[in-house]
Amino acid sequence: MTGTAENTGRAWVYGDNVDTDLLAPGAYMKGPVETMATHCLEAIDPDFATSATAGDIVVGGKNFGMGSSREQAAQVLGILGIRAVVAKSFGGIFYRNAFNLGLLALVCPDVDKIASGDALSIDPAAGKIENLTQGTVIATEPVPDHLLNIVGAGGLVPYLEKKIKGAA
Amino acid sequence: MTVQTLTLAEKIIARASGREAVRPGEIVTCAVDLAMIHDSGGPRRVKPVLERLGVGVWDSKRVVVVSDHYVPAFDAESAAILKLTRDWARDQGIENFYDQQGICHVVLPERGHLRPGMFVVGGDSHSPTGGAFGSYMFGVGATDMAGVLVTGETWIRVPETIRLRWDGALPDGVSAKDMMLKLCATLGMDGGDYQAVEYSGTTIAGLSMTERMTLSNMAAELGAQAGLIAGDETTAEYIRQAGGDPGAFVGEQGDEDAPCRVEHRFDAFALDPQVAAPHSPANSGSVLDAEKAKLDQCYIGACTGAKLNDLQMAARVLKGRKVASGTRLFVAPASTRITAQAAADGTLAALTEAGAILLPSGCGACAGYGAGVLAEAEVCISSTARNFKGRMGAKSSQVYLGSPFTVAASAVMGHIADPRDFLAEGAA
Ligand code: SF4
Repeated sequence: MTGTAENTGRAWVYGDNVDTDLLAPGAYMKGPVETMATHCLEAIDPDFATSATAGDIVVGGKNFGMGSSREQAAQVLGILGIRAVVAKSFGGIFYRNAFNLGLLALVCPDVDKIASGDALSIDPAAGKIENLTQGTVIATEPVPDHLLNIVGAGGLVPYLEKKIKGAA
Repeated sequence: MTVQTLTLAEKIIARASGREAVRPGEIVTCAVDLAMIHDSGGPRRVKPVLERLGVGVWDSKRVVVVSDHYVPAFDAESAAILKLTRDWARDQGIENFYDQQGICHVVLPERGHLRPGMFVVGGDSHSPTGGAFGSYMFGVGATDMAGVLVTGETWIRVPETIRLRWDGALPDGVSAKDMMLKLCATLGMDGGDYQAVEYSGTTIAGLSMTERMTLSNMAAELGAQAGLIAGDETTAEYIRQAGGDPGAFVGEQGDEDAPCRVEHRFDAFALDPQVAAPHSPANSGSVLDAEKAKLDQCYIGACTGAKLNDLQMAARVLKGRKVASGTRLFVAPASTRITAQAAADGTLAALTEAGAILLPSGCGACAGYGAGVLAEAEVCISSTARNFKGRMGAKSSQVYLGSPFTVAASAVMGHIADPRDFLAEGAA
């Protein structure tokens, strides 16, 4: 399953330490999360929130999502239609929140090989990213089934809802 | 066949996930022994999720609820949050509900809920405090917590272990808080990298449980998931006193030769009192090099810095002295039980006779919730864990961090001061 439209997205590449305040600016905390989403990453890239389209992939360096435990940091990326975040490492609470809110987070040591705008096709279960623009393949840590199931359901709450109501 | 050696964190996670062994990087599902939530991140956030799912908590005996953030209510909104917390605890049949009895991280062990080897999830970022009791305890967001409350289990990516070894005795006037500020400056706020920190060495072995709690509490400031200390006789004795059962895991340690990411070693005898300048615990250095900033406020409070030991440290400095005019000293004991103990042993009298103003037990000004917040441009030294910009009040306020010794000495001088001068004088 390579190169199909369903699992291909454009890369938005950023550096190390993209923090929760950049993703979910505190100034918009009281308003609806949809409004906050339109300000996601605006401090480092004003185009991101307006130009990202469904299926795109955010690429970060070390410690992506560091900072507070606010779940909105992952939630706003989901609202903008981001399919996955690929980074060298993640802030721990962000990593958990991402899966719980239905966003894929992939640990990848070779993110430096990805350029902004590259078309990427990801296979989280196998642990690989195909860079269609450069014609290369890079490895990620594979995501275990359990977490893929949560993301597949759209997050922890819908996942549990299915499980509980399905069993009833 | 060789048996895999395991760190303390790996032993606890292996048990909770029902396996013989686990390896760093593996994702496993663990049964949760205990879940703790508070008024701010708890019922008001998880209730809608449980309602959507049409279920209650998985085991009301394994859930502890503490009202500590919005206490006592200071407006109609905070009163409503406390009421919602109370009603929800009642509706869910939760017996272990501590309403305004103190700060969750202190109340939990004080009431005998923690013991070595437990796998515990807390709805608060300072949940690593539980690691002082040899429990693998970590903080999660609201959705995560809702999942735990419904299923009684959660997933975890097995962390690597970072060993922080301290040897030697701490000099008089130097405390666990100083050790932590030193660690924040040395390792940075991402030095823990969401792995498990494990404290060991002769210094740790000689520390009281309340001092150990300060180390585990501020593992959060290192960015670690957990801050573990293996349970020993000191741990067991504290738990017995609290009316709990220390259990069979006491004495269990990580295997000496278990692979860890890194081990850092520190000498306690060489440590000066530390002061963190605004706006990060990592901006720490010796009090000897700290700017003698003039202070509007001195604050002894929070889960980090207002346990009985902490109040006693402050009392040793303040006994027979006065808070300088032009500054104010607030003391918010971390729990009602601590207030009672400090009243019984004369600690409270020493503080109030020096001019300290007592505030209710709760998070209070620590995160800008309750009484004791700062005005624009005001300067404060605090025994809390974090001095992020604007956390204790107005945006332009400046917060320094120090031990209760240092905060008390600074209150006497009206500016940042070295507590050792006072202890030496007092002894003479
Ligand atoms: S006292 Fe401060 S650090 Fe401790 S739980 Fe309350 S707000 Fe958090």
